[in-house]
Amino acid sequence: MARIKSTAELEEQRQEILSKRDPDKSRIAICSGTGCLALGCDRVISAFKEEIKRQGLEDKVDIKETGCPGFCEKGTIVVIYPEGIYYLQVQPEDVPEIVSETIKGKKVVDHLLYTDPSTGAKAIHESQIAFYKNQKRLLIGNNIKIDPKNIEDYLALDGYRALAKALFEMTPEQVIEEVKESNLRGRGGAGFPAGRKWETCRNASGEPKYVIVNCDEGDPGAFMDRALMEGNPHSILEGLIIGAYAVGSHEGFIYVRQEYPLAVENVGIAIEQAREYGFLGENILGSGFDFEVEVHRGAGAFVSGESSALMTAIEGRVGEPRPKYIHTTISGVWEKPSNLNNVETWANIPLIINNGAEWFKSIGTEGSKGTKILSLVGKVNNTGLVEVPMGITLRDIIFKIGGGIPGGKKFKAVQTGGPSGGIIPEQYLDSPVDFDELAKLGSIMGSGGMVVMDEDTCMVDIARFFIDFLCDESCGKCVPCREGLDQMRGILNDIVAGKGEEEDIELLEEIGETMSNFSLCALGTTAANPVLTTIRYFGDDYEAHIKEKRCPALVCKDLIAYYIDQKKCIACMLCLNNCPVDAIEGEKGKIHVIDQSKCNKCGTCYDVCPPKVGAVKKISGEPVPPPPPEEERKIKREKGEKEGD
Amino acid sequence: MNQEKVDKIIDRYSAKEGKGILIQLLLDIQNEFNWLPGEAIVQISERLQVPVSQIYRIASFYKVMSLAPIGRHLIQVCLGTACHVRGGPKILDKVEECLKIKTDETTSDMKFTVRRVNCLGCCALGPVMVVDNDYHGKITTVKVKEILESYD
Repeated sequence: MARIKSTAELEEQRQEILSKRDPDKSRIAICSGTGCLALGCDRVISAFKEEIKRQGLEDKVDIKETGCPGFCEKGTIVVIYPEGIYYLQVQPEDVPEIVSETIKGKKVVDHLLYTDPSTGAKAIHESQIAFYKNQKRLLIGNNIKIDPKNIEDYLALDGYRALAKALFEMTPEQVIEEVKESNLRGRGGAGFPAGRKWETCRNASGEPKYVIVNCDEGDPGAFMDRALMEGNPHSILEGLIIGAYAVGSHEGFIYVRQEYPLAVENVGIAIEQAREYGFLGENILGSGFDFEVEVHRGAGAFVSGESSALMTAIEGRVGEPRPKYIHTTISGVWEKPSNLNNVETWANIPLIINNGAEWFKSIGTEGSKGTKILSLVGKVNNTGLVEVPMGITLRDIIFKIGGGIPGGKKFKAVQTGGPSGGIIPEQYLDSPVDFDELAKLGSIMGSGGMVVMDEDTCMVDIARFFIDFLCDESCGKCVPCREGLDQMRGILNDIVAGKGEEEDIELLEEIGETMSNFSLCALGTTAANPVLTTIRYFGDDYEAHIKEKRCPALVCKDLIAYYIDQKKCIACMLCLNNCPVDAIEGEKGKIHVIDQSKCNKCGTCYDVCPPKVGAVKKISGEPVPPPPPEEERKIKREKGEKEGD
Repeated sequence: MNQEKVDKIIDRYSAKEGKGILIQLLLDIQNEFNWLPGEAIVQISERLQVPVSQIYRIASFYKVMSLAPIGRHLIQVCLGTACHVRGGPKILDKVEECLKIKTDETTSDMKFTVRRVNCLGCCALGPVMVVDNDYHGKITTVKVKEILESYD
């Protein structure tokens, strides 16, 4: 492939790609993102390849391994084009049927369609599925149409048109002006206006200047950046090159966590192809602008996702933050002006350049424009990646898109913004989701992780979970963060163990305030948020643990007990055989009893007891009912009744 | 450990010496050997003229890097938020109990090493446990034993 040297050549190339493609040809798109991979999509893919061969359809059908379309709960996802038929939870066994019925017979396979749980109606197309219907998928919408390892797919969807426009029709200042005008705010967490950042970097003295993509997505429960990097790497690359042109940089870095091997692989391939086509390297598209980029792998440190820490890591040193009295846009990598943005921020740039700031501003709220990708996870029916316009309410996200809480349980809270974020209770479900509104509730947008919690979630345990995580991940450089977290962990461990004291809550708040005010970087200043918001909204949970030594959600091991309800036990031996510490006594036909002195509260008995029997009970804050007397333990069966097995 | 292999990996970066290669280099060594053997660290130190202490500082800071050999199978139990609320801690307890080791330890027969990770990004499948490259999703404490027994 010869390098493309002008806008005209780019358009020619695009036409050539499109002319080779028959829009009416059958195409099978199969999600091969990490979520579906974990569900075994590779077996589905090989099954399709085999079946197509077996039925002699090689010339008539294309198979495309694509990025993640977001509906992870229902993977493996297969979409048949040109009809756009959406098949969910596809297994290798379903493949022959799909090929015979849909590809050959042009008929829909009913049992693989999405079924609306409330109405029972079947949905054939994406637009009919409740999960997708209420989204606005500007960034991840193309994932299912693109093979991330093939640049032609991106070009076929108008890829790199924004780059050509920026290079040939706009000055760097005009690009910055457009981004400023769009009011695009950083998607990594802080929500700082991207255009202003670019301008500071452009005006900073010092050469060379660097541009950086932050894909060190460390928030547990967040994977939107990975989906973009894996599924549509060229969109990020295009944004980055435009940004480099705008700030006057000729060298960039893409920082990806090593834990995302597929993202590392796909972005590597994308860079190579972009170089080959003339979108990277010297004299890009014949414009005279030069830019090179390299991938830097992160080695597993949450704190290294902080911008100054990330830049230190790029220099090959331990990725710890530094005080930012001087912004990294002025003095970053090797003390040179460095402009870092998050993956999603960069991916928005081509859209803004192509469609203009006015268009972008028409989406979202007053202070937060555009869309945001959220990862909707936890106790929610439709787990997955969700892209919504800013300003949509939490309730719409969780109930309309997410389909509510599984198992008929009650919603308790939603945690937003990762470990630095906060926990939002039910009374605020109608709050709009944007940078400012979430901050008002004591939480943050963060990178967009959204973990839904039901009534079985203990808020003290969750607070302890986050503090535990942060203790592990704090680099230890500054005292408030290092010591504050450790003290908080100690107090929370006591509370969940039933050793909490009444003044603990006040103490936690005091430590939290000190950390917020005096820590060095954002990790420390926000680290207390999970504790402070759980105290603010779920003070009752804390009180129950401290005063009544009771865990209302029945989670904290030291405060709960398991026992077997003698009226329900069918003496089937299941729990007895599975108990790892031999704490259950009984035999076939004899009601089982848990020896409380031996029980380690692992919950295995509770998990294995068949739901229709439901004999194993969990309690907290009340005494365990005494076991039945020996003579009542024999189960008397009616004639003809089968013994439980 | 193979000295030649280490040399080859260092050679990959020779063009960029002095430009922040140390972390990338160590990651490659880690990927090659599954840990960072002491001899490799000394070799890097000598060839790049970087103090051993500086290399250890990096190697001990990052989670991906291991200063001890790990077992034939690496078990990673996800304890990200989504897996946590879906019972991840119980899975880890069960793994520890089955193998009679604690997190970050290796069984004496060098068969398994157990680690906890803070999110593998497949939250829909939570709780998740990954053995080598096999993802086991929506697992229960009962399934843990079966899964472990399927590896030799």
